[in-house]
Amino acid sequence: MFWKKSCQVLLVALFVAGGGAVANPYKKYDGTTLVVSWPALAHFRAAEDLVADFTRETGIAVEIDALQYLKLRDRQILEMSRPEGEYDVVAWVVMWKGEYVSKGLLTPLSQFYTSGALVDPRYDINDIANAYLQNGGVVGGHKGYLPGRSGALYGLPFGAETSILAYRKDLLEQHQIAVPKTYDELSAAMSKLAAAGVPALTSRGKTGHQITAAWLFHLAPYGGRIFDDQWQPVVNSPEAVQAAEFLRHTVRTGPKGIETFGFGEASAAFLQGDAAFYLDTAKIAAMSRNKKLSKVDGRVGFALHPTAQRCGSETGGFAMGIPANATNKEAAFLFIQYMTSKAADQRMVELGGDPIRLSTLQNNAADFPEYPVIAAQLPCADPDWRPLIPEWNEINIDVLGQALTRIVTTDEPIQPILDKANEQLRAIMARAGYYTWADDRQ
Amino acid sequence: MQRLTPYFFILPAVVMMAAGLVFPVFQALYLSFYDWKIGTAFSDAPFVGLAHFLRMLGDENVWASLAVTFRFGFWTISIEMFLGVALALLLEKPIRGASVFRTLFILPLMISPVVVGLIWRYLFDARIGWINYYLLQFGFEPQVWLGEADLAFFAIVLTDIWQWTPFIFIIVIAGLQALPSEVLEASRIDGANWWQQILFVKLPMIRTLLLIALLMRLIDIFRALEVMYILTGGGPGRATELLSLHIYNRAFETQQLGYASAISVLLILVVFVLSLGILLMGNPIQEEAKN
Repeated sequence: MFWKKSCQVLLVALFVAGGGAVANPYKKYDGTTLVVSWPALAHFRAAEDLVADFTRETGIAVEIDALQYLKLRDRQILEMSRPEGEYDVVAWVVMWKGEYVSKGLLTPLSQFYTSGALVDPRYDINDIANAYLQNGGVVGGHKGYLPGRSGALYGLPFGAETSILAYRKDLLEQHQIAVPKTYDELSAAMSKLAAAGVPALTSRGKTGHQITAAWLFHLAPYGGRIFDDQWQPVVNSPEAVQAAEFLRHTVRTGPKGIETFGFGEASAAFLQGDAAFYLDTAKIAAMSRNKKLSKVDGRVGFALHPTAQRCGSETGGFAMGIPANATNKEAAFLFIQYMTSKAADQRMVELGGDPIRLSTLQNNAADFPEYPVIAAQLPCADPDWRPLIPEWNEINIDVLGQALTRIVTTDEPIQPILDKANEQLRAIMARAGYYTWADDRQ
Repeated sequence: MQRLTPYFFILPAVVMMAAGLVFPVFQALYLSFYDWKIGTAFSDAPFVGLAHFLRMLGDENVWASLAVTFRFGFWTISIEMFLGVALALLLEKPIRGASVFRTLFILPLMISPVVVGLIWRYLFDARIGWINYYLLQFGFEPQVWLGEADLAFFAIVLTDIWQWTPFIFIIVIAGLQALPSEVLEASRIDGANWWQQILFVKLPMIRTLLLIALLMRLIDIFRALEVMYILTGGGPGRATELLSLHIYNRAFETQQLGYASAISVLLILVVFVLSLGILLMGNPIQEEAKN
């Protein structure tokens, strides 16, 4: 009788303990405080309510260090370079991932995915848009930044994006222009609008990485690349010249001052009604509905990024991961998993953020007209639209950012300018050691 | 012991100078021999000897930035010196409203350079800027001020003049008001008119102050960064990329700290040579001691 009673008590105790563990995988980390570094941008500001939900549900406190986006990298690198850093979670712009990993600053997520106690079986990573996952989180695949068998997962997308075309329905209707599906149609529409005195396509155009980004948006659809598979630069290819010609046409037919536009100015021109087209991040949809930012709410339509030789849109935005010197790595993993879960993705939509999951895009298509467009665009999202290599900043700012400014501010022939840029790129790559594997050694 | 006392008193200042000025300069020089990237251990940075200096000699962008800096310095310092002195001469006499004007006039000096950059960026904005608005009101064609090389250069020169002319003005007016009235009175009795008093009495007597102002502005020109960073970012192309901005971009945008340090060494050398030139024209400290 005694033994029977004892066994019953033991079983109940085990059940309660075991059941408790299943019911609350966060209990072990109750009272932990995570420090998260992310940018002071709209999506992340919206996510602050979700972070509060996380703390309420898990008992894990979160301190957010929200920095201006341009200062984020310097601060993160400084913290992650120390023997023991302040940050448990960092959100990086996708183009920084290669640099972070090459410097040994990030923790591979595989070590957490081996733990049944940490991984939520309902998480469904396959539901996250593959382009976002590969572009933001995978490092070490083909060319070091593309999908491939040698790649490893270092982060999960959060605040990721692709590009779509936004257009003013009223202006297109007034000037009897069909929604452009190809670059030829878009170019013709731009000419027609400009002839009628309507600024056509707004664009980034400021010297440096802004104008390079604008050109890259067109380069992928025209079928161009920055490098071939042997790291030989091909920015003077016929496709690259066509993309540059389109950019020059954009500046000449667009709103005044494109040569000085960064992302903010280019978006503002569209939102304030000074441009008929916007071809950049899909985030413009949410901005166009924001009465504080926009004068064009209700007059904006969305379409796929136009095609030329092929379909291709940008992949950008942010991903979240764990620094190699973080002190609360497991709790940090739980935080990232929570913030990118299905429920959180839906909550982000309600809070005004950008979803990363296909199911969220599908489930909310009726309320957000851009979601079906984004879902249709994602298969064309091109992770190789710009090379995410450590040398990219120098190439982007110093070489292409200068060459393209010359193209849009002068009437000089484009080919020689891009030929010179190509040689400069080759010199940078040679200096960085990309050509040490000569053909005869392979 | 008594002989050492003065050295004892200046020791704290010397230590502070060494810590705040000499040490960073030598650190930059040391760094210029290494290829170090932020975020990696310095011990892993390869020693590259004079490679950065050799690369700098053949880097057309460095020399283009230096040329822009000289051109910028020539125009801003010339105009600021002229305007600052002229305004000080006009306002040195107690005329009605002069004190209000003086206060208003020195306001730009009190504004942070970042704010100055933002104010002028919006004034020059091609789409929403006031300058284009008023051009349009008066029937002129609006311009892309910050998007065309010559206009952008004009914009940074104008902004600098707006911010720094008051600095010259303050120094010169302080000098003019401290001039001994007997000398001016004597020159007037000798028959010197207003122009002659300025050219042969006042300006020679404040020559030391003018040299100090010139020296400080020259150094400032080579340090100028924030306004240009905000206003044009060095663009379009490299039309407004001063050497300081070029160094910043190398160090923090493209993460070439060693190379940026090598260019910084060039900057220090240029400033040193130019400062020496001004001091050879007349050492303000020695002249002040003589007076």
